[in-house]
Amino acid sequence: MVVVRYRGKEYELKPGMTARDAILKLGLDPEAVLVLRNGKLVDDSAILEDGDEVTIVAVVSGG
Amino acid sequence: MGNSRMKCRKCGRPAAINMRRHKLALCDECYPAWFRGQVERTIRQFGMLAPDDRVLVAVSGGKDSLSVWDVLLRLGYHAEALYIDLGIPDGGYSTESKVRALRFAEARGAVCHVVSVRDRYGLSVPELAMRRGRGHKVCSLCGLVKRHIMNGFAWEGGFSVLVTGHNLDDEAAVLMQNTLTWQPGYLARQSPVLPADSEGLARKVKPLCLMYEREVAAYALVCGIDYIQDECPHAVGARTLFYKEILNQLEQRSPGAKAYFFTQFLRAKQSGAIRFVEGEEVALHACERCGQPTTAPGLCAFCRLWQSDTQGDEG
Repeated sequence: MVVVRYRGKEYELKPGMTARDAILKLGLDPEAVLVLRNGKLVDDSAILEDGDEVTIVAVVSGG
Repeated sequence: MGNSRMKCRKCGRPAAINMRRHKLALCDECYPAWFRGQVERTIRQFGMLAPDDRVLVAVSGGKDSLSVWDVLLRLGYHAEALYIDLGIPDGGYSTESKVRALRFAEARGAVCHVVSVRDRYGLSVPELAMRRGRGHKVCSLCGLVKRHIMNGFAWEGGFSVLVTGHNLDDEAAVLMQNTLTWQPGYLARQSPVLPADSEGLARKVKPLCLMYEREVAAYALVCGIDYIQDECPHAVGARTLFYKEILNQLEQRSPGAKAYFFTQFLRAKQSGAIRFVEGEEVALHACERCGQPTTAPGLCAFCRLWQSDTQGDEG
């Protein structure tokens, strides 16, 4: 399983999908987030593997 | 590690970021230098900074302001920072953001000045908003407070230029809002450089104005800049976020759309293709209380805010 964290919540996704797949699976906009896999920034095409710890970081701020 | 399909254009290592608008993928080692080069180019393009400038960076503890400060320090500018403690208690927001700004400064041996709104004026920004009965307009009030303090600090401290961390998404969102509501005054003034065209006004520049918000966040993450990732609790539902969402939908369909929207606007203004008819020149007066320039005689909008017996309308 791949553990994905986003805004304090945890999700479990199947390995083998790309970072972009994970972003879309969570209903997020790929332009508005970045993906850290095991603490390292990866581009959207990175394939997530079993045991990976993934954090999706929202990049949009405003007020 | 290493199972990225996309490779760095410069060295062939796995890519850390793919920037579709540039058709450019870079790894975490090549990206920071590229980013700094882009910012340096923007600074040159708009004549933002001179090597001997005394620079004040307005920092919030967020990714944009800490990243621009990082870049300026690495480029060799004499850059001090100002953190304004707004006193936002929700989830320790102000405390957390201040800690990050001060830690950043300490790690680099840089100077970060702190001004607490409550210590200096007696109320935090949320308390002031409550007192003024403008709880629903905290963001505009907060903006007014920050602009006043930043300008005054830069001017009184003898800084030659004030740097803010506005990125291209910020600028494009403001441009979209002002275009959809046809605000010629705001459109005329929107610029990467705001000159100090009156006594008491600091020169303001935005070195990140051509960088996407996503690119700035990537820079902060790759460089290990510890920034506050939580959104300001008062920004939830802010109109800027709505415009950014729409712009990102455009970007998703057409990479480069956000940059095109903003840069073509600047180009059209510069070339004279879009002209804003100048109204009568507005005379600026010194505020009776603080001395900062204001359009109306008497007190400036900021000082009116702190009067207990009048409406704190902006002007």
